[in-house]
Order: sequence, then C-alpha cells, then structure tokens
Amino acid sequence: MKKITQILSIALIAVGFASSAKAQDDKTLLGAGATFPYPLYSKMFSEYNAKTGIQVNYQSIGSGGGILQLTNKTVDFGASDGPMNADQTTKIGAPVLHIPIVSGAVVLTYNLPGDNNGIVLTPDVIADIFLGKITSWSDPRIVSKNKGVNIPALPILVAHRSDGSGTTAIFTSYLSKVSSDWNTKVGQGGAVNWPAGLGGKGNEGVSGLVKQTPGAIGYVELIYALQNKMDYAKVVNKKGKIILPSIASVTAAGNVKLPEDSKIFLTDTDAPDGYPIAGLTWQIIYKEQNYNGRSLDRAKKLLALLWWNIHEGQQYAAPLNYAPLSKEALKVAEKIVKSATYDGKPILK
Amino acid sequence: MQANVNLRVAKSKAVQVVIFIFAFLVTLPLLFIILYIFQKGISVINWTFLTHVPKPVGEIGGGIANALLGSILIVFFASVFAIPIGVFCGIYLSENKNTKLAYWSRLCVDVLQGVPSIVIGIVVYFWIVKSVGTFSAISGSVALAIMMLPIIIRSTEETLNLLPSSLKEAAIALAMPYHRVIMKVILPCGISGILSGIILSVARIAGETAPLLFTAFGNPYINTNMRKPMQSLPLLIFNYATSPYDDWHDLAWGAALILLFTVLLLNIITKITTKRWNVQL
Amino acid sequence: MEVFFKKTLIIIALIMVVLVLGIMLTLIIESIPSMKSLGLKYLWGKTWDPVNNVYGAYPFLLGTLLTSFISLIISIPFSFAIAVYLGEYNSKGWLSNVLKNLVELIAAVPSVIYGFWGLLVLVPLVRAFEIKFNILPYGIGIFTSSIVLAIMIIPYAASMGRELIKMVPSNLKEGAYSLGATRYEVIKNVILPYTKTGLFAGVLLSLGRALGETMAVTMVIGNTTLIPTSIFAPGNTMASVIANEFTEADHTLYLSALIELGLFLFCVTVVINMIGKFLISRYTNK
Repeated sequence: MKKITQILSIALIAVGFASSAKAQDDKTLLGAGATFPYPLYSKMFSEYNAKTGIQVNYQSIGSGGGILQLTNKTVDFGASDGPMNADQTTKIGAPVLHIPIVSGAVVLTYNLPGDNNGIVLTPDVIADIFLGKITSWSDPRIVSKNKGVNIPALPILVAHRSDGSGTTAIFTSYLSKVSSDWNTKVGQGGAVNWPAGLGGKGNEGVSGLVKQTPGAIGYVELIYALQNKMDYAKVVNKKGKIILPSIASVTAAGNVKLPEDSKIFLTDTDAPDGYPIAGLTWQIIYKEQNYNGRSLDRAKKLLALLWWNIHEGQQYAAPLNYAPLSKEALKVAEKIVKSATYDGKPILK
Repeated sequence: MQANVNLRVAKSKAVQVVIFIFAFLVTLPLLFIILYIFQKGISVINWTFLTHVPKPVGEIGGGIANALLGSILIVFFASVFAIPIGVFCGIYLSENKNTKLAYWSRLCVDVLQGVPSIVIGIVVYFWIVKSVGTFSAISGSVALAIMMLPIIIRSTEETLNLLPSSLKEAAIALAMPYHRVIMKVILPCGISGILSGIILSVARIAGETAPLLFTAFGNPYINTNMRKPMQSLPLLIFNYATSPYDDWHDLAWGAALILLFTVLLLNIITKITTKRWNVQL
Repeated sequence: MEVFFKKTLIIIALIMVVLVLGIMLTLIIESIPSMKSLGLKYLWGKTWDPVNNVYGAYPFLLGTLLTSFISLIISIPFSFAIAVYLGEYNSKGWLSNVLKNLVELIAAVPSVIYGFWGLLVLVPLVRAFEIKFNILPYGIGIFTSSIVLAIMIIPYAASMGRELIKMVPSNLKEGAYSLGATRYEVIKNVILPYTKTGLFAGVLLSLGRALGETMAVTMVIGNTTLIPTSIFAPGNTMASVIANEFTEADHTLYLSALIELGLFLFCVTVVINMIGKFLISRYTNK
C-alpha cells in the first residue's frame, strides 16, 4: 500500500509541476513550416525573445507540414514558401491570411572539385538535369556555356527534397514555366514525383547531400549555400541576361505589383535584372483568431509578433541574404495583418 | 586412414579459427563507434555546452541545455506512467498463469514488444497531439512509456517466477492478507530484478527518436512545461546531424557522446544487478 | 482492500489488451480512406506521387525487403559465429564474458547514433568503394543502410542462438565425440540440426527488428520514392517514408496512405515476431 501512495504522490507532484509552469505558458508561441526562411526566423525570434521575453518555438518541418499542422490547429502559425493550394484551402475550412515576410532566392548549388564557382546554366539545361536527361557534367550544353571553366567530367547526381516544401514549390513553379516537358510530365507542387535523384529532408538535408557528394546538384535557399560555402550557379533569365543570385537581383525580380492577398510566385518574372528563381515566404494564420478557445491575449501576442516581423524584424533579413519587403509589399502586408479578427472585431487598430 | 583423420581435424581447427574471427570482428564496429564519438564529442563538451541553448544558425557557440533537460523530463514522466502499470501487470501475469486474461495480456505484451517505434509515434499523435490540439512533451512521454511497458512487465514476471513458492506460502500461512503478501514479501524479494528491468527499459527508450518526431516535436528554448513542445537529445542529434552546419554537427557529436555514455552506463548497471538474478531480459 | 487490490491487478492486465487493440483500431480507422479509394492495388502500385494523389507502396515494400534481407544475409554469419563461440567453444571464462557483454551493448546503442555515425563515417567509405568500381557514387542508399542494419540486428540472433546451443543435451554431444567426431562435425551434425528451428526463430526476431527500424535507415537510405534499380541505389523503407512525410501529409488520402503503410508494417512485424516466439516456446518446451 505504501508503494501505491508513493506512486500517487509522485504523480501528484508531477501534475503540480506541470501546472506550475502555466505562467510560462502565456509567453510562448508555436510555429512550424518552411525550412527556406529558417535561418532568418531563428535569428528574428531569438532577437524577439531578448526584447519581449516571448519565446517563439519555430520548427522547420517543411511547408507542407506547416500547413497541415495549422489545419490540425496544433500550431499558432504555419509558415510556407508556396501559397496554399485549392486542396489545402478546402481542407482547412476557414479563411486564412498569408502574411509575406521576406523574399529569397532558390539557388542551384553543386559540388564539383576544382575552382568553378558561378557556372552558367540555362533554363532548358536546368530542366533537363532535373528530368534526368542530362546525366554528365561534360554534356556539351553545359560546357558550351562555360568556356574556360574547369568542369570535371563527373556523373550528375540530382538532390531534391524528400519532404513537402515551399522551396520545391518555387523551384517546380519555375521549371514548369520554362519547360513544357516538365510541365506535362511532372508539374508543380510542394512535393512532386521526381524523375531522378536523391531526397534529403529539408534545405539542411539537401545541402548536406550536395556537400557530401562530388558531382551532386541540388536546389536550396541562397543562405544555405552561402553559409556552407557551397558553389552555386548563375542562371540565364527570361530576358536572356546571366544573373547571379543576390539580394539585389531578388529584389529586382520582386519588383512587381502584389495582389491583395499577396499569393504570387516570383519565378521567371519579366524584370530585366531579376534572378528568375525567387519567391516570397509567408507566415499563415487563421483570419478569425477565436478558435479552439484561444484567448484574446494570445491572439494579440501572435499579431504583435507578426507586426514586428514585417517592421523591426526586417532589419535582420539583408545580413542573412533575404530580400526585405519592398515599400509596396509592406503596405499590402500591413493591410493583411490588420484584417485579422477576434470575434469578428479587428485585433490591431 | 590417418590422412583422412588429419584432414578432419585440420578442418575442425580451421572452422574454429574462422568462427573465432567472425565472432570478434563484430565488436570492431562497436568499439569504432564508441571511440569515434568519444573523440569527436569530448572536445565540444564544456560548461557552456551543458548550460546554454543552441544559438541561431550562423552564430558560434551555444549548447544543448534544452535537450538535456527535455530528455530527463520526458523520460522521467514516461517512467512515472510505465513503472506502476508495468510492475503490477507483471505481478498479475506471474500470479495468474493460466487465466484467459493472462493469456491475452501476455500475447499483447509480446505484440507490443514487436511494434516498430514509428508506429507508436503515429498512434500517440492521433490519441494526444491531435485531440488536445498541440504538440507536447507529455505525449512524447506517453509514447515512450508504451515502449517501456513490455520490458518492465517481462522482467517483473520472470523475476517473480523465480522466487520460491515457499516464500509466499509461508506468508499466507501467517494469515497475511494477499495484498500484503505481494507488497511486503514478494515485491521486496524481487526488487533488484524488477529494478534492473526498469533501468534497462529506461536505457532502451532514452535514445528513441522516432516516437518523438510527431509528439515532443522540439523546442529551441528551455521548457519545463510538459504540455508544450520540448527538445530532447535524440531529436537534437537527428536534426543537427542531417544539417549542413559544422557548428551544429559539433553540438550533435557532443549530444551523441552524452547520450551514448548514459545508455551504456545504464546497461552496465543492469548487467551488474542482474548477475544475482538469472533473468534473461 | 483485498478485493480492491485484486481488481486493480485485473484492470491493469486489461489495460495491456486495450492498449494493443487501441493501437490496432486507431491504425485501421485512420487508414480507411486510403483502403476505400485505393484498395488492394495500393500494395502493388509503383508510383508514389502526392502531387497527383497517386499512391503505391511498392517502392517502399521493395526497399524494406531489400534492406532487411541484405542485412540478414550480412549479419547471419556473424551472429551464428558468436552463438557457436559462446554456446559451444568457449561458454565460460573472461574472454567470452567480454564478448557477450560487448555484443549486448551493440543492441543498446541508440539507433540515431548508428545513423549519425553511418552518415558521416560509413557513407564516405561506401562512396569511395563505389567510385572505385564505377558505380554511381551516391554513398547513401540501400547497401549502406543494410550494413548499418546488419550491425544493429546481430545481437538479437546471436543471444538467442547462444541460449539454444547451450541447451543441447550434453549426452548427445558426448555420444558423437565418443564415436570419434571432430568438434566441427559435432557442430555440423549434432548441434545445428538440433537447434535448427530455434536458430531460425532467432533470425526471425532479427528480421522483425530490421523491418521496423526507422531512424538509422532514414538517415542513410536516400529518401527517394523511385523504385531502387540496384542495391547501391537510394530508396526508402516503409518506416523511413513515414518518418519523412508524416508531418507533411496535407491531404486526407496522403495521410491515410501513410498510416496504411504503418498498419501494414505493424501487421508484418507482429506476425513475424509471433512466429518467432511460437517456434522458440515450442523448442524450449520439448
């Protein structure tokens, strides 16, 4: 009997312990989704924590996962690099808001021995590599564009994402625009049936694969390539110019008018100096914040965070090679954040 | 004739040598892994490593305090759930060998032992995470507790089966009520066997990653609230090992060293305590 | 008190039954949408394409079978060698004690650590090997994960085999020796036939373990939904595809297809473990 009482008391202590932590409860927000902006978010949220004491726990599980977890109402906000598709919108069943945070570039990173950073790739070559049609680095279509560059004759290993991802959505949206072959055979989406290659989990996984495999090529967010000192390619854009991915060229690509709901892909735009594989990244919340018994206080904390993200938070974007929101885009974003409601009343004035 | 015998003896000797070599070759990967992790991990571990949380990507430094504390809490609560249920179920099975319930219960324990950990992760996601509406450390504890149960039940049952029945008979002859016989005589006699089963079960689950992927989820901050997501050592190793950042690899090596040595230590403790009990765990 | 105590025990024993039934039911209920719309051809479907909502489990079944069986083939000589050495040649003494404990520690190392080690140490080795033999140098893939798995499952068959070999009646062995048999002949003609079913059961338990192993495999298998073309190609197993895609599955059918995979995995491992346990109990009772 003594043992039972002991066990019971341990359990009671445990419960007490768990509930004593309730105060802390109100100081945390949970987000999940895209790995594309993860380096920026981890920086932004760590600064936000230092400033306000609010802990934002962001897990980079992939854009598809972020949307799913928001649908299951297990997180406060989801994050995605691709706007929600029709399927996802029906499944979530309630109006949601896409708040653009920054834009970034998806770069083609590769691992080739020797000094050959910045080789030039044309759209059709990129599509054919990922279709599995070009299988060697010594292919004449690659070599002819890169005269004088030392490209070893290795077999090409394609690395792609194994998880649902907005980076993939941006990249496949680009491929579908530049290659009709890709468009009919594979299509665009957060997770596609890859005709070739290896899968890695997250931007981290893909850059890990490329870094470890000579001859590999993959697509990752620019900062993942920069921070890991990996080589990445220059890409020929719609206007025929050779463009190096950078903040400037991404900002140039994004110099288009955003629609009201900000749901747009910035791939293959008409901008003459724009890098063609770029995209916005969003944080996604329910428009009506009173669901599942959420308190007004919690909704306010979430909105305050989003407001901070599109204002003060923007200063951390450029040092990490993300393009901050343009003035135009900021106005659209502000309007979207302000449209969030609690019991039908706007939360932010 | 003699040549034939010589050949047979030589063949026998040769086989013996081959078997010896194969048997000891197996220990090489283990020693190699331990050495490698020790070599990589030891240089990372220092006070900052143990007391700080990871820094944002690209900033040097930081530690794994969040995962360390998280692992301890998650495993502790898993034990709180699993130990009473496991021990009492083990008592029931050893006391009632031939009831229908015992048969089915034993079967279920066997089934549970073979269930892949990832499947348990999925199920607990539906039971707790989805119905409560948030990832939580407690759901991770439940998943791990389910994995602990078969080991605890097995070791309790087998330990108690080894106790001489005269012990129980003597106690009953003294007119002790049944529950006192169990709690005061049987359990204390078997306690070291049961304890080693518990320690072994802790060692098994401390390194489990798959059930935590969809439950405890992870957290870059120190968190002591069991109803919130929490980081743990195996999750941290998985996430950081597959990342391309060298400073995150370093954190993962350090975490792997701590995890590996904890788990091995627990196993060695069980080995020493089970020497007294000839229980096959 | 008396009654309360006995009732508590019964309830707790019942909890186990309820728990396992609950796990099974949850898996079945959650996979109904996929069973309904995909039916049995799900298992034979060759494409896994979440974008177009086409799901076929064949690549993962194949991946699981390949990794499990290759790892079994690699591990069997080693685990039998350990079993014979510890059970017959040298069942006492410090050396066998050291070996026995080391082998048991192999089973204790967490799988995520095997994966980590495999990824950073084994993968470059396999890649160097592949470059030498002119195979597409992925490094990661079915072969690499089979090696990691083989190391992980050796202890299961080994410790089972050791116990069984020890149980061979000594009068049988002595009879053979007295007829002039060499040690090798005793092992081959007496011990192995006698322990045959038991050793097979030990292998089954190893197989059960290999089928369900998740983390180590996920880290080194390559995670592609293509059907593996050779044993050096990347692939995916049932467990690794769940680990990769479960938190991402954003429509009902997708999620349900993954859970059906989990249900299938559950059934297969349960059946294999049950057969193994049944063989062993029949063996030890005879």
